[in-house]
Amino acid sequence: MATSALGRGHTVSVLDEDPLSHERLDVELGSSWEEAGGRFTIGTALEIDALIEAGVEEADVFIASTNGDNTNLVVAQIAQRKFNVERVIARVLDPRRAAWYAEQGLQTICPTQIAIEQLQQAALGEVV
Amino acid sequence: MDEGLYVIIAGAGKVGWNLARELLEKGHEVTCIEQDRRRYLTVEQELEHAVQYGDATELWVLERAGIQRADLVVAVTGDDEDNLLICQVAKEKYLCERIIARVNNPRNLEHFKLLGIQPAVSATDLILRLIEHEVPRYGLVHLLDLPEERLEIIELVVSDTAPAAGRAIADIGLPDGALVISVLRGGSGFVPKADTVVEAGDEVLVVLDPGIERDITAQFVGDNGHA
Repeated sequence: MATSALGRGHTVSVLDEDPLSHERLDVELGSSWEEAGGRFTIGTALEIDALIEAGVEEADVFIASTNGDNTNLVVAQIAQRKFNVERVIARVLDPRRAAWYAEQGLQTICPTQIAIEQLQQAALGEVV
Repeated sequence: MDEGLYVIIAGAGKVGWNLARELLEKGHEVTCIEQDRRRYLTVEQELEHAVQYGDATELWVLERAGIQRADLVVAVTGDDEDNLLICQVAKEKYLCERIIARVNNPRNLEHFKLLGIQPAVSATDLILRLIEHEVPRYGLVHLLDLPEERLEIIELVVSDTAPAAGRAIADIGLPDGALVISVLRGGSGFVPKADTVVEAGDEVLVVLDPGIERDITAQFVGDNGHA
């Protein structure tokens, strides 16, 4: 997501607690993430200081896509309610919670739901 | 708390397990939810059907525990995100009237406030307040704090060098919103009048609006702040 958004000419800032994900970005790009114009902050998403350092205050879009649903749901709500980011999207694997939080006004993407639909189509030939 | 409540406790660690035991002894109905299988099996030996295995952030686990009829949901897992979200769905999805959340990292307290999860209890904060009680800085003890009602009662020991020492209550430059309600001297207390002279070594009880503590400390303890 980060590399494709950067490739489309947007300003992209990545916040991750693991420096290894920075390396992964470099490998994906074939050059340095910073040289390509990207920003990278090491820190955890629940730290307000880290979010600010990563530029949450200037962000038009905030995407919460750590590998934990709970972290994503909390940090997305912080971005929404504390920093008033206009478009906030959270990755939520649990379909029921993804649906409920979407009803509450938080945009969620549920990879599980997408996989279920694709599997149904592949296995049963049904278009959901 | 007289009649039996139905309480769901998320997390059967030291806090959750002991809380469950206490509430059961008081005659309440309790379901504890624990996501660690081994921990669950240990706790289950004692609590039996009052503990269930599962991740309390999953809606079906909460529903299996009967969250729809819970009077109180207490989230005391070791994970602040979990505690926050468990309380959020309890309150907003299942309309549970009373929730209590544990805050493990006091720096996360602001997130609980932001999302309206109250009360949020931080052990670190509680201990800090206890320390303030036991080891009063500036000879000051908080007897009562009611932030909602905007009311505080503090106790101060009047120091030798305090501006107030040797002066009548009426002559002490107390700010608006503060009132001396009691003076403790030589082991007994009395309600002072305007002409009561405050002596060094007196303990005074002051009722005040929050935020003006410093002005009062300056009068009774002195600017250097040491009793």
